[in-house]
Amino acid sequence: MEQLINKLQKSFKLSDVKHQRENLTFVTVKKDSALDLVTHCRDYEGFSHFVLLSCVDWIEDGKFQLTYLLNNPSGKFDLGIRTFISRDNASMTSAHLLWRQIATYQRELKEMYGIDFPGSPRVDESFILEGWDEIPPMRREFDTKKYSEDTYFPREGRGSNDPATYMKSKLYPDDEK
Amino acid sequence: MTNETNNIVEDKLELEDKFLAPENRKRQVTTPDGTIIEVDPLRDYFSDARPQIYRPNSIPVIENFLNWARAESLWVLGFGTGCGSIELPPLTTPRFDAYRFGVQMRATPRQSNVFIISGYLSVKTLKRVVRSYEQMPNPKYVIALGSCTINGGMYYDSYNTINRLDQYMPVDVYIAGCMPRPEALLAGFNKLKELIKAGKAEKANEYVENFDWYKANQKKIIKDWNMPDYNW
Repeated sequence: MEQLINKLQKSFKLSDVKHQRENLTFVTVKKDSALDLVTHCRDYEGFSHFVLLSCVDWIEDGKFQLTYLLNNPSGKFDLGIRTFISRDNASMTSAHLLWRQIATYQRELKEMYGIDFPGSPRVDESFILEGWDEIPPMRREFDTKKYSEDTYFPREGRGSNDPATYMKSKLYPDDEK
Repeated sequence: MTNETNNIVEDKLELEDKFLAPENRKRQVTTPDGTIIEVDPLRDYFSDARPQIYRPNSIPVIENFLNWARAESLWVLGFGTGCGSIELPPLTTPRFDAYRFGVQMRATPRQSNVFIISGYLSVKTLKRVVRSYEQMPNPKYVIALGSCTINGGMYYDSYNTINRLDQYMPVDVYIAGCMPRPEALLAGFNKLKELIKAGKAEKANEYVENFDWYKANQKKIIKDWNMPDYNW
């Protein structure tokens, strides 16, 4: 794995190399070269299996983090390629030509985070939600509890406790005093 | 008509048709004898009659007999909506054997008269549930399984699951728990039988009486309403 990273370092500008496990490493690259790296890994480094494409919303930094997780079946290890894109008018180059199933991930990200992937097949069709007209629900500025209370007729008298404080007061009542 | 008004009319049409499924759009069809006719599926393929109230037989003995017969033969629609659907298959297996109570599974709404809402309902599923429920013949009963149908359960703050089933459909019997075991379901069936035999399981009539209220609630959250108002 180290060898591979060193080799990739020569042609791509990798940052934040993190060896999560023996067989799993994450690297971060700039938005422009992310798909170049994915393509390079697929064609020359044996990462023939695409595992997933996921997104993390870093609202404080104003960024979305996309992770392309690739698997090398012969070497039995994974490589996660991370890249950061801006939250405003979020858009990323579509990767559906590398693996066809990426189109489905991109469709989901379009619906859940509002990230646009121009040219991706059926990316504008609704994926899970039907007739959704709010901001994409997985964005962190979307207040899901408030939306639920406004929309779904909450039943009076339903209470909930914060598990940590509730269990503390139950198990160690003397500590609070 | 100027171009501008033309555009406005087209925009309006587009908005109305935005959610309509292709098979439900107005279109021209060639009949077997060659004539071309225009069909509007929402008007032509579905009845637009409102649901009818079921009136019990005027002779009490006969009505009691009918209720007894209904209670001993509950046909459940095999429609699993949440985690609770996994509690339904064991019911029909020898261990719990719901058949001894006259409870059996059926594949389509037209063949069944008990609808078990087994757990959380997303908005997308609710649309299908409403459609299936309305297609079931009278007399029909609804069993709500699990706390998700009562107050939202652990999904009370989800953007996509409803909190209270009774706002969208009338419920005859609630079974609390997360998840209730098949024994609890059998207890629920027995409770439903008691209600039917006592002539108190009349929630389907409540749906008819408050039809507009239920429809308004359903349409409030099902924003892409692309089916007829009443699906019988």
